[in-house]
Amino acid sequence: MHELSLAMALVEQLQEILAQEKVSKPLAVTVAIGALSGVDHEALSFCYPLVTAGTSLEGVALQVEEVRLRVRCQDCGRESQPEEVYLLNCGACASARVEVVAGREFTLRALEVA
Amino acid sequence: MCRDCGCETGLAQTMRGLDGRDIDLPYTHVLTEEKSARRTLELETRVLAKNDALAAANRRWLAERGITAINLISSPGAGKTLLLERTLELLHPQLPCAVIVGDLQTDNDARRLRGKGAPVHQIETRSSCHLDAGQVSRILDTAVPTGTRLLIIENVGNLVCPAAFDLGEHLKIALLAVTEGEDKPLKYPVLFHQAPVVMLTKIDLLPHLTWDRTQCHNNIRRIHPQATIMELSALRGTGMAAWLQFLQDLVSRGCGS
Repeated sequence: MHELSLAMALVEQLQEILAQEKVSKPLAVTVAIGALSGVDHEALSFCYPLVTAGTSLEGVALQVEEVRLRVRCQDCGRESQPEEVYLLNCGACASARVEVVAGREFTLRALEVA
Repeated sequence: MCRDCGCETGLAQTMRGLDGRDIDLPYTHVLTEEKSARRTLELETRVLAKNDALAAANRRWLAERGITAINLISSPGAGKTLLLERTLELLHPQLPCAVIVGDLQTDNDARRLRGKGAPVHQIETRSSCHLDAGQVSRILDTAVPTGTRLLIIENVGNLVCPAAFDLGEHLKIALLAVTEGEDKPLKYPVLFHQAPVVMLTKIDLLPHLTWDRTQCHNNIRRIHPQATIMELSALRGTGMAAWLQFLQDLVSRGCGS
């Protein structure tokens, strides 16, 4: 359950952005969670309201975009999307020499404001 | 407040009924200035950007002093502390080490590790399930004396959370006790994906277990095809020479390699 720490880091970062952009009314926050980021969507959504309570972000919706794992094969050069995060091999030629190109991220994608 | 755009006009959407009670009207939203002022800030920043910046500063601090740092991660009871005890006994006399230990409660591990000659610093995380770069950064100055060549960070026993936090180490090392079964790498892919080195510990217990070596190695390689896998028993000393040589080589190659 490190999602509580992650939610706190998220809120801290958002508050800095609100101050910097002189935003008084945040409306919605969008984050991206990669399949191999180790961040649990549900746990984060559970912690977010707890951490935002009493702050300028209280009641501001958290939207989560789940990013599927994508790997690039170092043998055949093709990209594929493994069905499971524990099967890191190329969907085209089955080579295990793959590099993860998406799915590791945990990013603050956008903040909608008025 | 308006549920669609957050403007205040939504608040005015009630009227007093004949019975004196307020009636909520199904409101039609009017495009006001507020609506047009609605904008989206495209950010694309890492949520852990602050931790990452502190980790990068730690890495720089260590590199400036020629110190290599490793971050040991495993479930509770996989044998991190015993491995460290033996490592300090055998390695510290030739290669000055410093240790930072993270634990939720108690300084039991730190006490076990003291008296081996190397400085040992404890971070009691209390309720937190992992170490973060800020905690390490605050004690680097005191925990790592001049002349140290290898900093060993023993993370909180947990296969999930520590994997998300870069501490500024040069290498994450995952420990997996053979008593934990062969499929842990598949169940906890995030850590095993990030750790280029996996230590299979407690191999002295193998005569009592039905542990499938090939399957365990294969499971690690499914998550991390290039992983270096070492097997050892810190208790009996089996495999310790290879582990110590690995650390010596890591330090002599220089940090960051």
